[in-house]
Amino acid sequence: MGILSIQNACKTYSGGFEALKGANLEIEEGEIIALLGPNGAGKTTLISTICGVSSLTSGKIIVDGLDIATEYRKVRAMIGLVPQEIALEPFETVINSVRFSRGLFGKRKNEAYLDKVLQTLSLLDKKNSKIMTLSGGMKRRVLIAKALAHEPRVLFLDEPTAGVDVELRKDMWNTVANLKKQGVTIILTTHYIEEAEAIADRIAVINSGEILLVEDKEALMARMGQKKIRIDLDRNCSEIPPKLDQYELALSDDGMSLTYTYDSALDRTGITGLLNDLRTSGLNMRDVQTQQSSLEDIFVGLVQERAP
Amino acid sequence: MNFQAIRAIYIFEMSRFFRTLLQSFLSPVLSTSLYFVVFGTAIGSQIKNVDGIPYGSFIVPGLIMLSVMTQSISNASFGIYFPKFMGTIYELLSAPVNFLEIVVGYVGAAATKSLFIGLVILATAYLFVDLDIQHPISMICFLLLTCLSFSLLGFIIGIWAGNFEQLNLVPMLIVTPLVFLGGSFYSISMLPQVWQTVTMFNPVVYLISGFRWAFFGQADVAIGISLGAISLFTFACMAFIWWIFKTGWRIRS
Repeated sequence: MGILSIQNACKTYSGGFEALKGANLEIEEGEIIALLGPNGAGKTTLISTICGVSSLTSGKIIVDGLDIATEYRKVRAMIGLVPQEIALEPFETVINSVRFSRGLFGKRKNEAYLDKVLQTLSLLDKKNSKIMTLSGGMKRRVLIAKALAHEPRVLFLDEPTAGVDVELRKDMWNTVANLKKQGVTIILTTHYIEEAEAIADRIAVINSGEILLVEDKEALMARMGQKKIRIDLDRNCSEIPPKLDQYELALSDDGMSLTYTYDSALDRTGITGLLNDLRTSGLNMRDVQTQQSSLEDIFVGLVQERAP
Repeated sequence: MNFQAIRAIYIFEMSRFFRTLLQSFLSPVLSTSLYFVVFGTAIGSQIKNVDGIPYGSFIVPGLIMLSVMTQSISNASFGIYFPKFMGTIYELLSAPVNFLEIVVGYVGAAATKSLFIGLVILATAYLFVDLDIQHPISMICFLLLTCLSFSLLGFIIGIWAGNFEQLNLVPMLIVTPLVFLGGSFYSISMLPQVWQTVTMFNPVVYLISGFRWAFFGQADVAIGISLGAISLFTFACMAFIWWIFKTGWRIRS
């Protein structure tokens, strides 16, 4: 069993809305897993139930062999949560806010450690500043500092870069990568595919309260990733010659290019045959480009496939 | 028991109090001085004695109670409502703390603040009237119990409140009238018989009466009944808060 095991987790809100419908997920220690899903998929609900912010209707969640329902003290002491919304006391200083978080989780004062955390997050020079004077990006980093203040083994980042500019987003990814190096297990929710693609080891896709798949990022892209080859022609082609029907080519609107979609994982991709048949059909190539499908294409495909 | 968490909550809450120390200190001193000028000097000069006690001195326990009760409720309700309002309550809910530790932290800080204000008012009273406290230890115990029980009530109000208007609703519409009608500025025996009977349904009467007994050795209600009433009230608040955390009412979805 990994560091976190979610077993048949169900959550129905008082209004009757089923946010989780038997979610199952196993997470290994030290990995970064991205929980990917559209808005309302159940990502935040899943995190909230693990962290104790809301309770499960049924099912079980085990952290490092401990049930969150019965061993909540030990479990919660291991977990850090960075919420989606920037929720901070505006009139308090950064250091007091971080000290509060450390104490709340039962840890003794350790100024050296807190300074180190603030240093890592480029906040040390702001430690005595009031939170209300910080920029949005800094506030988000204060939230991470608070979550790390009690030295958690598992860190939940709920949409950590929502509304954050590109530069800061990359800083945040570096921070996450550094935390991984320190051995922290990171569960990240996002609907930015590029974020998952950039930093996650594994991807879990969630939609309508169900985990649709969990897979190693590279393997997922290799397994489900389709490649496309675009063939630019030297003259306009009004219709695809019948000899090329077997390749299910797409002709561009201007008739100047053909697109062939194939599975890169197959032994026989059909590219050689296509190029030969093109030549014998009387079409001349001007240029050839290949394109790898992104995680976004895979994700959209999966969600659409499972849509009711 | 997570003592570090209790300490963290307590220090965090007290730091809010110290940030506005001038306001926290000046406000009760000013309002108490005004009460003494208006009730003690202007009106009090026409009343002379109540149950053999000079009117200016007679109203001191009631004045302290008035401020302590309203301040306890307002401090405790704001203390827990503000994290709800700002969204920082997530941290409390995800921390390894139980309901008792949260209550001790928040209610302890709120009770400390109102105890401080109560003592400031008492000190201010010495500037206006002669006071000879008959049972100082009982006086401190009553003051502490009142700070504690009304802070517990304030904590419940803070959890219940969905907006700032509701936060002020109970203190403004229920507690303040009960305190004013609970014998803060008069002896129950000064009322007609019918109103004396009605007044006995006001729980605040028992607190003010007990507190006044600690000051002057005489009260409208027997001291044992007063102690029983405040203990029962404290216990009821604790039981309600335990239920809130058990069910997650208004705090956990």
